[in-house]
Amino acid sequence: MTPLLSVSGVSKRYGPHIGCADVSFDLYPGEVMGIVGESGSGKSTLLNCLAGHLPPDAGRVVFDTRSEGPKDTVTMSEPERRMLGRTDWAFVHQHARDGLRMGVSAGGNVGERLMAVGARHYGDIRGKATDWLERVEIDAARVDDRPTTFSGGMQQRLQIARNLVTGPRLVFMDEPTGGLDVSVQARLLDLLRGLVRDMGLAAIIVTHDLAVVRLLADRLMVMKDGHVVETGLTDQVLDDPQHAYSQLLVSSVLQV
Amino acid sequence: MNAPFREEGPQGPAERAEASEYNFAYLDEQTKRMIRRAILKGLAIPGYQVPFASREMPMPYGWGTGGVQVSASVLTPDDMLKVIDQGADDTTNAVSIRTFFERTAGVETTTQTSDATIIQTRHRIPEAPLTEGQILVYQVPIPEPLRFLEPRESETRKMHSLEEYGLMHVKLYEDISRHGHIATSYAYPVRVEGRYVMDPSPIPKFDNPKLGDMPAIQLFGAGREQRIYALPPYTQVVSLDFEDHPFEPSKADHCCGLCGSAESYLDEVIVDDSGGRMFVCSDTDYCEARRAAGHKGAFAA
Repeated sequence: MTPLLSVSGVSKRYGPHIGCADVSFDLYPGEVMGIVGESGSGKSTLLNCLAGHLPPDAGRVVFDTRSEGPKDTVTMSEPERRMLGRTDWAFVHQHARDGLRMGVSAGGNVGERLMAVGARHYGDIRGKATDWLERVEIDAARVDDRPTTFSGGMQQRLQIARNLVTGPRLVFMDEPTGGLDVSVQARLLDLLRGLVRDMGLAAIIVTHDLAVVRLLADRLMVMKDGHVVETGLTDQVLDDPQHAYSQLLVSSVLQV
Repeated sequence: MNAPFREEGPQGPAERAEASEYNFAYLDEQTKRMIRRAILKGLAIPGYQVPFASREMPMPYGWGTGGVQVSASVLTPDDMLKVIDQGADDTTNAVSIRTFFERTAGVETTTQTSDATIIQTRHRIPEAPLTEGQILVYQVPIPEPLRFLEPRESETRKMHSLEEYGLMHVKLYEDISRHGHIATSYAYPVRVEGRYVMDPSPIPKFDNPKLGDMPAIQLFGAGREQRIYALPPYTQVVSLDFEDHPFEPSKADHCCGLCGSAESYLDEVIVDDSGGRMFVCSDTDYCEARRAAGHKGAFAA
């Protein structure tokens, strides 16, 4: 089986500082991978390199494209990469405001990716947008409301709908539950887990919240100072951490 | 190289003396060359916004500094100039720009569309069909059709170069979801030759169908934004729309009160304090020509 995403030796430096160094892993279709670590450990840098937002200094990010098979996204042309970015890839930002157009209605936000790939029938676009709002548990009657009138949790769910409407195969998530209160977090996680399972999505989730990866991720990668210090199955890493930093990370979780 | 102001002119000696203080058509020859290069590039890539080093003009931004620079660069001493503002020859903007070129270039001016070789326009295309050999110069406030949805210039340039125009339809989608139909009635975005999406300047969408397949050259100048773009003759121009909400040019559902025309684009004019109003052609030359030919509207005395 070919991996959906095959990452080898990805490094990114900011001048003398290390963003992330020599990261390699394979991600298979339908698999959810968590990247955990403290602030500044390079997880967001890595995610941005993988999603094509930042050019890595070294390494290959090979994605199994639908039409041409495995292809290095670092060296592919920009139009191709941007096309991937609005069809097969999705990117869920930590702050919904970064991922949404705040001046455009919820329906327009969801429909944007459809129109970007050539949908030109208003009724169809609106139908799909309404359908997706319901799937992320937003009242369909709010299809014409702007995201500014939505709560934080609703904005985050809208962002997810907007990203998933074109049926991507790989979702990048950067702290998808950051800044949400715990009950809203729980609902969002529940929703994400359902969508990931139903659609057979592969996902890379960056977070510092171990509960999120415990619920969603199959595999876990622990990062510290730009380096991957431990990888393994989620339960294995969380229940039996080997590296000193992983042990610290797991033991720092507050037990209520 | 700097051509002196020509000696023979239609005006009297006093005006000629005043005009000779200027280089022909106000701009210096190097500037005109630079602008002509931008125009040629624009004509070679229809709909593409060519950056140019816009000059300070003796009028405020928003009054047609871009259009004036383009007109100045294409003017020759033998040209016949017409300037319209919202279709009219007698409004402030049109009168001042016409006087400007009378004084700085000494060219002949006219109000008749068919006689003119260069027509500078603000927000209208004349009703009378234009012919080969004529040049229509538009004044453009904001040349970037994607600007209100994507504020970053770096990003909009990339979207143009990669033909990522989905966002333009998001704007139209928003219109329909809010108003039930595409409510954009001016500056209606068009696609040129299946490639560039272009802002046709704030002409009413009634004029959009005239943009395509026009025998005249169309030049667009945005002074403050420092962009020039162009449509060569007989270019394919398509107004964007949805399959189930097709593009519809629209105008007030009346006849002209003065000349009775049912085809022309109309302005609404309030005539008294009790809500009385009349509709008149926005193209004054068209209206006058029709009245001279004996057509009469309901309000004609």
